[in-house]
Amino acid sequence: MSEPLVLGIETSCDETGVGIVRGHTMLADAVASSVEEHSRFGGVVPEVASRAHLEAMVPTIERACETAGVRLYDVDAIAVTSGPGLAGALLVGVAAAKALALGLGKPIYGINHLAAHVAVDQLEHGPLPAPCMALLVSGGHSSLLRVEDVTTGVTPLGATIDDAAGEAFDKVARLLGLPFPGGPHIDRMAREGQVTIDFPRGLTSRRDLERHRFDFSFSGLKTAVARWVEARQRDGATIDVADVAASFQEAVCDVLVRKAIDAATDQGIEDILIGGGVAANSRLRVMATERAEARGIRVRVPRPGLCTDNGAMVAALGSELVARGRTPSALDLPADSSQPVTQVVA
Amino acid sequence: MLCPRGLSNLGGVLLAFDTATPYVTVAVHDGEIVVAERRSDQRMRHGEQLAPLIEAVLADAGIVRQDLTAIAVGIGPGPFTGLRVGLVTARTLAFVLELPVYGVCSLDVVALEAALGDRPLNVDFTVTTDARRKEVYLATYDDRGRRLDGPDVVRPEDAATDGPVAGEGARLYPEAFPDPREPVLPSAGWLARAVAEELAELHDPEPLYLRRPDAVAPGAPKRVS
Ligand SMILES: [Zn+2]
Repeated sequence: MSEPLVLGIETSCDETGVGIVRGHTMLADAVASSVEEHSRFGGVVPEVASRAHLEAMVPTIERACETAGVRLYDVDAIAVTSGPGLAGALLVGVAAAKALALGLGKPIYGINHLAAHVAVDQLEHGPLPAPCMALLVSGGHSSLLRVEDVTTGVTPLGATIDDAAGEAFDKVARLLGLPFPGGPHIDRMAREGQVTIDFPRGLTSRRDLERHRFDFSFSGLKTAVARWVEARQRDGATIDVADVAASFQEAVCDVLVRKAIDAATDQGIEDILIGGGVAANSRLRVMATERAEARGIRVRVPRPGLCTDNGAMVAALGSELVARGRTPSALDLPADSSQPVTQVVA
Repeated sequence: MLCPRGLSNLGGVLLAFDTATPYVTVAVHDGEIVVAERRSDQRMRHGEQLAPLIEAVLADAGIVRQDLTAIAVGIGPGPFTGLRVGLVTARTLAFVLELPVYGVCSLDVVALEAALGDRPLNVDFTVTTDARRKEVYLATYDDRGRRLDGPDVVRPEDAATDGPVAGEGARLYPEAFPDPREPVLPSAGWLARAVAEELAELHDPEPLYLRRPDAVAPGAPKRVS
C-alpha cells in the first residue's frame, strides 16, 4: 500500500478540527473554533462547545476535503480523538467519525488526544526521535511523557496536580483585565514588560521534589499573582500590567523548562518535544531551546497552528497507526473523557 | 424542507433512528413497510450503540448502505448529549452517502404510534418525555396524532392532566399524569412511517433543545486575601 490517506477528527474541547494527512504530509487542517462564544464566560462552557461541534462538523469535513483535493471515498481510515477531553464534546466527534466509517466502509481508530499532540510534530519535522521527552501544555493538560513509540507506548512521568498551565494563563489574564483565552494576550503584554517580580515556582522546593519531581502546580502561582495585584490596588498604587505578565510568564516557563530538562536528563533522553496550546508561547520556545542546548538536548516544537488542538494531529497519529498495521477500534468505541495516556488506541 | 412526494412511490429505502430518549431506536423502511427495527438494551449509551445498531439493522433488512435513499432522524426534544449523537450521525451519513435527511419531532413519533398504532386512543391526548431536572417535554395532539400545541419544557405539576398521556413522563410523574398510555418510547419504525408516509411535519435535522446552555458570565475575580 502507498502511504495511507487518513482523515482525523478532533472535538475534545472548543475546536472542531478535521485534518487530512497522507503519510507524514499534511493535506488539510480545517478548524472551526467556538472560542468567541466562550470568551464572555472566561472559560470553555461544555454545552456551548458541544452545540458548536454539531453545527460545524459537516461543513468542516467538507472544507478539509476541498482543501486536500481528495474525495472522501479515497480515504483509507478515519481517526478520531476518543479522549481525554470534555465528554459531550468528544461524543459529537466520535459519532461523526463512526458515521464516516460506516458510510465509507473504512476502519476507525479512536485515539488518545495527548499522543496526537506528540505525533503531529512528524508533519513538520519528520519521524520522531525514539525515545523522546514530550512536554504537553495547554488549557486542559500539563504533562511530561516518555515516548518510546507513539503508536504503542507513552509513559506518563508527571502531570499537573491542580490547574493546567493554560488555565493559569487564562485566570491571570482575567485578573489583569485581559481577554480570554489568556495565553496570547499575556505573551503580547509580557514582551513590553520586564521580569520584576519573583513569583513562586510550584513544586520546586527540595521537599516537593521528593514526591513531585516531574509534577506541576500552578494554582499557588495564580494566587500569588492575585495577592500581589490586590495589595497594590489596596495601596492605590499603579500596576504595571506588562511587568506582572512578564513575571508570571517567566515563572510558568521556568518551571516547565526546568522539569522537562530534568526529566530528559534523568531518563537519558536527548530530544524534548513541546506540544499543546501553551507551546505557542514565545518565551517558552526561546527559554526551552536555550537551556536545553546548553545541556546538549535538542528541542522540537511544531509551528503554533499545529500546537493548538486540530484535526491534522489526529490524522497524523492515525496515519502512523495504519502504516504500522495496528488493529482499528470497534464500532462501539466509547468517548472516554479520562482516557489514560497509556492507551494510545481505544 | 420539502418531502419528495411519497418516498414509497420512488421505491425509497429509508434508514430511521432516534436518540432523544435514554434508548436508541433504529429501523429500515423499504418504501412499503418497516422491514427491520432494533432498540438498544442499555440506557444512556447512545454514542456506543447507535453505529453498531445501524449496521445490524441494515444486515437484518438484507441491504447495504448504498441501497439507502434517505435518512430520517428524531430531532428531540430530548437530553442534549444523546440527541446530538443522532443528529451528527444523520448529518454525516447523509453527507457521505449524498442522501436527503429529514428531521421529525420525537414527541410526534410517540404520538403517531399512540394515535395510529395497534391500540389507537381515538381521543385528543398528551405526550411527555423526561426533560430531567424535574421537568418534562410536552406536546398535545388530536386523535389523528397531529400536533395541537408544543413542544415545550414544563414542570409536570404545571401541566397536570387527567387525560391520556403517552411517553415516559406519565411513568415518572403519575401524580400529574394519572392516565398513562402506550407507547412509552418513540420507535424508529414509526419515525420511518412518519417520513415515508408523510404523517408528520418534516424539518431540517436541527436539534430541538428548548433550553439555553447553562452558563453564567463570571463577575469580578474572587478576592484571595
Ligand atoms: Zn490539546
